[in-house]
Amino acid sequence: MISMEFLIASAIGVLTAGGIYLALRARTFPVVLGLAMLSYAINLFLFAIGRLAVGQPPIYAKGLTDYTDPLPQALVLTAIVISFGMTALIVVLALRTFLETGTDQVDGKPDESPAEDQEGQP
Amino acid sequence: MYLVWLTLLPFIGAMLMPLVRAQGRSLQTLVAAGPAVIGLVMLGTIAPKVMAGEVPALRAAWVPALGLDVSLRVDALGWLFAALILGIGLLIIAYTRFYLSPKDDFARFLALLLLFQGAMLGIALSGNVLLLLIFWELTSLSSFLLIGFKNDKAEGRQGARMALAVTGGGGLALIGGLVLLGQIAGSYELADILARGAMIQASPLYPAALVLILLGCFTKSAQFPFHFWLPHAMAAPTPVSAYLHSATMVKAGVFLLARLWPALAGSELWFALVATTGLVTMVVAAAIALHRHDLKAILAYSTVSHLGLLTMLLGFGTPAAAQVAIFHLINHALFKAALFMNAGIVDHETGTRDIRLLGGLAGLMPITATLGTVAAASMAGLPPFGGFLSKELMLEEVWHTPFLGAQGLLLPAAVVIGASLSVAYSLRYLYGLYFGTRPDSFSQAPHDPGIGLWLPPALLVAGTVLVGLFPQTLTKGLVSAAAAATTGGTAPLFKPMLWHGLTPALAMSVIAVAFGTMALWQHRPLQKLWDSLALPDAKMLFERGLAGTIAIARALTDAVHNGALQRQLALLFAAAIALGAWGMAAVPFAAGTRPTLPAPPLAIIAWLMLLAGVIAVCMVQAQRFLSLIYISIIGVVVSLAFVYLSAPDLALTQISVEVVTVLLLLLALNLLPKQPPALSGTGRRLRDAAIGVVGGGAIGFAAYAVMTRAPLDPISAYHLANSKSGGGGTNVVNVTLVDFRAFDTFGEIIVLGIAALAIFALLQPASRGPSGQRLRAWLPDMPRSPEYHPMMFAVAARLLLPLASMIGIYIFLRGHNLPGGGFIAGLVFSIAMLMQYMASGYEWSTQRRRIDEHLMIGLGVLIAAVTGLGSLPFGAPLFTSWFDYFTLPLVGEFELTSAMAFDIGVALTVVGAVMLALKELSHVAQRAEKDEAHDDAPMDIDPAKLRAAPAAAEDVP
Repeated sequence: MISMEFLIASAIGVLTAGGIYLALRARTFPVVLGLAMLSYAINLFLFAIGRLAVGQPPIYAKGLTDYTDPLPQALVLTAIVISFGMTALIVVLALRTFLETGTDQVDGKPDESPAEDQEGQP
Repeated sequence: MYLVWLTLLPFIGAMLMPLVRAQGRSLQTLVAAGPAVIGLVMLGTIAPKVMAGEVPALRAAWVPALGLDVSLRVDALGWLFAALILGIGLLIIAYTRFYLSPKDDFARFLALLLLFQGAMLGIALSGNVLLLLIFWELTSLSSFLLIGFKNDKAEGRQGARMALAVTGGGGLALIGGLVLLGQIAGSYELADILARGAMIQASPLYPAALVLILLGCFTKSAQFPFHFWLPHAMAAPTPVSAYLHSATMVKAGVFLLARLWPALAGSELWFALVATTGLVTMVVAAAIALHRHDLKAILAYSTVSHLGLLTMLLGFGTPAAAQVAIFHLINHALFKAALFMNAGIVDHETGTRDIRLLGGLAGLMPITATLGTVAAASMAGLPPFGGFLSKELMLEEVWHTPFLGAQGLLLPAAVVIGASLSVAYSLRYLYGLYFGTRPDSFSQAPHDPGIGLWLPPALLVAGTVLVGLFPQTLTKGLVSAAAAATTGGTAPLFKPMLWHGLTPALAMSVIAVAFGTMALWQHRPLQKLWDSLALPDAKMLFERGLAGTIAIARALTDAVHNGALQRQLALLFAAAIALGAWGMAAVPFAAGTRPTLPAPPLAIIAWLMLLAGVIAVCMVQAQRFLSLIYISIIGVVVSLAFVYLSAPDLALTQISVEVVTVLLLLLALNLLPKQPPALSGTGRRLRDAAIGVVGGGAIGFAAYAVMTRAPLDPISAYHLANSKSGGGGTNVVNVTLVDFRAFDTFGEIIVLGIAALAIFALLQPASRGPSGQRLRAWLPDMPRSPEYHPMMFAVAARLLLPLASMIGIYIFLRGHNLPGGGFIAGLVFSIAMLMQYMASGYEWSTQRRRIDEHLMIGLGVLIAAVTGLGSLPFGAPLFTSWFDYFTLPLVGEFELTSAMAFDIGVALTVVGAVMLALKELSHVAQRAEKDEAHDDAPMDIDPAKLRAAPAAAEDVP
């Protein structure tokens, strides 16, 4: 039997792995996507700190005794909005850099003269 | 209270200097002399009390958490040092008035000098070692500025830098040492520390504290092997050399040794370190002094040598030796400051300081020659001057002190060599300047300066003569009291006499004078021998060491931070993984025992979709529109997970953020390359994938380990229990956001607002410069729909606007009790308005926008802040919310809360930020796409326009 915990944990792991891989790419747009993916992973992890629960939303009602932990949810809620702010800022930075330099390589280096770091230049 | 004034006066004087900058020099001198005069009067008033053993003190808490108090105290040692600082300072100020050339900025010089004076006074009067540290650093800084006073000369700048590097580095060590000392003693109060000497020396931390403190003292007092900075500091104007580098600052190290004597002295380690360093410095520096040709360099090395002597005496660790050190400190200050001023006069009158180019000046400048001769004789230790007395007493102590466990002749022999060299360079100074053959190279014959230049050194010289003639009357009380204060006990009998019989000390003295005279007589061959020795040049070593350090730092920085983001991020991730591995190694990984939830088939399907989405995004990077679609799948799956796992608020937020994010990325992608060639080769991709898999695996394991363990008493029980009763809402997440943790939320909306403003700032100027050229040259690189603004879309969007707004209001209002709230409502509003931009175009929508986005962000933050502050007048903590229930006909019972106002602020900021970011992005694209053929009509086919101008439409062929 596959547990919910395993699904969430592995999803966090896969998202992190993908995020790291994308953040290490040489062009700006994948880096933006990678950071967005990392924020999914981090938000999920923060959320998971409150442990998983089904059908126990933190909406107080008389007679109910079981609630999931509301605090991580509150933190994650603002984190989601902030992640949007961050993604927006970074993508705009990437765009402005591209407009200024004419290349979308992360260090603003033109494609023609590859840096030493970029082995295997096509 | 007068203690505070005493310490503050020089600083006040320094601040007054800029005000009198435009005035004449005499007025400036008077203002600068004020603090010293008043300070000396104050010291004179309290002198009887202090000499009788009283310690006036004052203490007020400053930073109690650190143990840092404003604590000032004057015992006899502090009194003596303060009097030296102020007295010699006064003479120096008078001397400078006539010394500095009219070109120099006199007011700036005096301001710096006063700053330094205040810092030194602070050291002398501090009753708290942390306070002392602050003043200690201030002296390093002000001395840096004074040495580099002639900042147009490379020599001055280099000397200043070296002095700062050495004394500043020693200051760092001193910080560590004094903090350790305070920790051992349990107090940073000087009085406490001094009373706990035995406890301190018994502590295992004593050696570390001692070595660190000594590093601070030795660098400051230019002890071997840190002696090299002092001669280079001679690039300073001569008054600075006379003041800082002979009489006061370099003595700060010796002063601190004396100050902490009861706490630190007496151990074998103390003797071995302090006495040996002092001895070596004394001999080595005297030898160097004999072979220098620059007058100031000779004096500088002789200063180093005499400081070594003082250090050695304090290192002996006996009260008698400490008393002699105090006596010699006074004598040295008198003759050395006089000598520096003397050298300054010679430099001033002849234009050179090279002793080889000078000679026979006695006939030309008799006053200067007399003063210089007396001072140099005192330095040589010739009777009947003050220097002779303290030297005799020093030799007496040396004779009685066993060195390194042996009562041998080693120590006396070494000291006699040092004393002989001292005699030799002193005699060389006075003989080389004032006697011997007069060179005929002077363009005009030098003559005695005006009284302003010779009176200050004359007073000092008079002092040294009087001390020599009447030592008992003049110095006994002061020296005994200061020695008692230094050692923390009663002073031993102090009986300086010109003649005290045929003692070993006198014999040593005679030998030293004989040797010294011989050395001067044979100076030429000695100099040749010295020059042939090829001794290591400390300055070069220092600079090489500095260059080496800088090279290492640069290499390290370049290796980590070479400007390549990829390398830096890879290092960052690798470091994070290494840290995680280190942490996990301590606690072996194991799953917990908390019961897990079974996963329904739908969840597994969603999970597979997410996995596929991640892999797809990583694989199809070159096709960017596709990767956008894939990443939005991930967002949807995450939202669904929130829905299933009891987090309705998060699900709502995530899904609406998802819409906005994808729109934003689409807009940006419009102008970015769509299918760029990959830059990385397979090897690099595999490496990055490996980093990713290891990092992801570790995080996944960590998450699993957390989720399978039961939480340890989370604080959220409080939130659940108080949400309804204290916050007036049943949606605990929302109440947490707007009440319990409203301050966090407030911070977050500020961050969001700043991000939006930064985007605005980044995109506004994008139309200028190379960026603007690229924008104007930009050609749409995607096939376009012929319909820019399809009518159906535009009409539907307009119809949806009120509906969507209604939903937004509904979500906002119910947020306090049911899923919803300001963040989500703000996002819904934004989406409704963004639809207008998409459907009807930028121009049309912007014209109809009533409130500027900047205003919205500002208003939002302001409303939130005012609401948060609103709780203060009612005596509640910041951001506490108020609520009550009301009844209205028709509506029924409803609730009003102040948190609602806060949530309005949140919603406003969110709308403003989202709209500003996306609007600016689309505006840039819109500027780029501007083509003449296309008008900005909100609809491609506008029925209203057709009706208004049917004739025009028919004219079209």
